[in-house]
Amino acid sequence: MSASPLLATALVGGGGALGAAARHAVGLRVEGRRSVLTLNTLGSLALGAVSAAPIGSTATLLFGVGFCGAFTTFSSFAVGTVRAASETGPRAAATLAASNLTAALAAFLFGSHLVAAVSV
Amino acid sequence: MERTPYGFLLVAAGGFLGAVARHAVDVGVDGALAAASGSRLALLGGVPAGVGTLTANVAGSFALGVLLTCASSDRLRLLVGTGALSSFTTYSTFVADAVALGTVAGAGYVAVSYVTGFAAAALGLAIGGSYRR
Repeated sequence: MSASPLLATALVGGGGALGAAARHAVGLRVEGRRSVLTLNTLGSLALGAVSAAPIGSTATLLFGVGFCGAFTTFSSFAVGTVRAASETGPRAAATLAASNLTAALAAFLFGSHLVAAVSV
Repeated sequence: MERTPYGFLLVAAGGFLGAVARHAVDVGVDGALAAASGSRLALLGGVPAGVGTLTANVAGSFALGVLLTCASSDRLRLLVGTGALSSFTTYSTFVADAVALGTVAGAGYVAVSYVTGFAAAALGLAIGGSYRR
């Protein structure tokens, strides 16, 4: 059963508000481009776990689409990578782009396999 | 400003709007694709994963580039940049979609997202920068 449009909006928006505030809190403590890498890795780990967990569409909208979606960010990553290319050079940008992908992908797979193994 | 409760409130309000808008794009793009291609999509097993996320990520990267180069107030940067645009775009769902697409299509999806996302961010930074001068 899927949530009604109004409920879906409340769940996604509520999760998004919490995810953005949590991202801001991490951003104030972890410096610069490393903070986006940290956020994207942690959020992908959490989404991997959420995607494999036997939870309903309500919880998926709140935690997966809302919280994890807003906690991680592509736009700050893209702007940060373009700026790294012009300020530090293409090598730094390539490292940043590759490390985000590798870390987030590994974290997502780890999270989903861990939850799948536990919930059998 | 950015460490105050008011700053967090701005980020959270923007986050609410950004996440809801991303979900609306995702649902809307899937619906539009399904309507435009009719029964042909049934052969693929429905709308492929990631089209809505790709749309949001590219549009949000462009908009953030513009905002960061020409926004003059901290309030605007927190509400629209850290709040709305950063929540409108997502990396975790991007990774989940890449995994769902499988190795070959997933690699293509990552490549397309990276190339168009970086190009959009660079274009946004350039347009915002020239507007400011």
